[in-house]
Amino acid sequence: MSRILIIAEHDGQSLNVSTAKCVTCAQAIGGDIDIAVFGKGIEAIAAEAAALESVASVIAVDAEHLAAPLAANWAAEALALADGYSHLLGPSTTQGKDLMPRIAALLGVNQISDIMAVNTANSFKRPIYAGNAIIDVEVPNGAVVVATVRIASWSAAASSGSGSVDVRAADSEAVAHTRYIGLKSGGGERPDLQSAQRVVAGGRGVGSEENFKIIYSLADKLGAGVGASRAAVDAGYVPNDMQVGQTGKIIAPDLYMAFGISGAIQHVTGIKDAGTIVAVNKDSEAPIFEIADIGLAGDLFTVIPELEKLLA
Amino acid sequence: MKILVGIKRVVDYNVRIRVLSDGSGVDTDGVKMSVNPFDEIALEEALRIRDAGNAEEVIVVSAGGDECQQQLRTGLAMGADRAIQIQTSADLQPLSTARAFLKIIEREDPGLVLLGKQAIDDDNSQTAQMLAALWDRPQATFASKLELDGQSATVTREVDAGLETIEVDLPAVISVDLRLNEPRFVKLPDIMKAKRKPLDVIPLEELGVAAEGNLEVGHYAPPPQREKGIMVEDAAQLVEELKNRGLI
Repeated sequence: MSRILIIAEHDGQSLNVSTAKCVTCAQAIGGDIDIAVFGKGIEAIAAEAAALESVASVIAVDAEHLAAPLAANWAAEALALADGYSHLLGPSTTQGKDLMPRIAALLGVNQISDIMAVNTANSFKRPIYAGNAIIDVEVPNGAVVVATVRIASWSAAASSGSGSVDVRAADSEAVAHTRYIGLKSGGGERPDLQSAQRVVAGGRGVGSEENFKIIYSLADKLGAGVGASRAAVDAGYVPNDMQVGQTGKIIAPDLYMAFGISGAIQHVTGIKDAGTIVAVNKDSEAPIFEIADIGLAGDLFTVIPELEKLLA
Repeated sequence: MKILVGIKRVVDYNVRIRVLSDGSGVDTDGVKMSVNPFDEIALEEALRIRDAGNAEEVIVVSAGGDECQQQLRTGLAMGADRAIQIQTSADLQPLSTARAFLKIIEREDPGLVLLGKQAIDDDNSQTAQMLAALWDRPQATFASKLELDGQSATVTREVDAGLETIEVDLPAVISVDLRLNEPRFVKLPDIMKAKRKPLDVIPLEELGVAAEGNLEVGHYAPPPQREKGIMVEDAAQLVEELKNRGLI
């Protein structure tokens, strides 16, 4: 039977929802599911992890040098725990993508990137060519599976479980060659783009940083996260971390509303898994309408104020 | 200091990918091939570092069949000093590529290795991290800003939560993201000049690295298509439709 270890993602305060999505993927693989939480002062986060449905135990490694998610430190600690596990999983977030290949290399195996579906305990589906092809990838029987889980493909496991928590000291030592300086977060009070159920996004059609206020305003009315196309980011209207698409974030909200976004392939790749896609664009020929569930050919500066009135 | 830059030959980013009907792969027949766009950014950064006087030599390395010499020549035309082809007919998985690159590192002793954050064909995003692990050196992935400071580098990384800054001792492996720089265009005289720059060919076997990876790739399928949606006339109809679907 499989024994699965998930490396938790958190910001030092709370567990990232991507970890609960990894648990759902682990459930599809089947077997015992444990979660490793690395950090400093992580009791509350470990408790959150232990409450995820079907998690057996949480190994909380509390150490100063694990406080920042430096891949070199975390990979060494994961390696110390890896023995006896058939699967090591992490989310396909920037943190998971940074960490998991380093672990895989230390174990001498290739990693499977972006599991979107589980065929069997050692065969998986993953996207290549920006989601334009889906392949089956198989790991030989008996070999350890190290993988990242494509979070847009999985729902979060419920918090109705009651796993145990084992707090312990680190087995690894801090690396001297890498030092964490800090994080400048771009987001404010709005829901996190990758876990928001609703996302309102703007593109080049919004026209300026100033005009983007209209997007934020509608998002706040809907309790939505805010995204942007690469064109809007490149034009400097919004910061990088708001970019949705192949080279930005891949998201799967229940509702995605695109304003002034033409629908370049690279953007569409990032929203293909959304529940319902709404597109508003002046150009009725814009490619975004080919994938939109509900399209409206119109000026966003007219449509958004009307929407706000109707939603009030 | 030498800088090693990895270059991968991939289907050009403008090409619309088509999965073969028998599920054996994607159609690459007569399709335009290019340098992986993230690798171009890595090379551009290396060239700027050299031209600012902080490195003496930029070496581009690619693993693949002789056709990847085209992309190495493009790298030379952009300004790299010399090129190394790790010659193999196999489609290497990231761990094998990392092992082969490590052998080149042992020969060349670079102070910095720059790679693209991912190749746009297999979208793995693994080689840089694996190379750093095998080399037991720092990694800084998804770099959007890079400042060298003697024996270390300060790297700003594009992470989901914003911009993270870390400091790594050299030598280190850095994988680059889109916004690090804008790669230069290659000019015709540079293409001519590139033909005379050295390009070494080293068979993979000579490096003692096995071509086989541990992953078995099976069936290829096109992605599921979204069904065609509807058009509405105005904001009122849109709200009506969203309400009907229980979305607001």
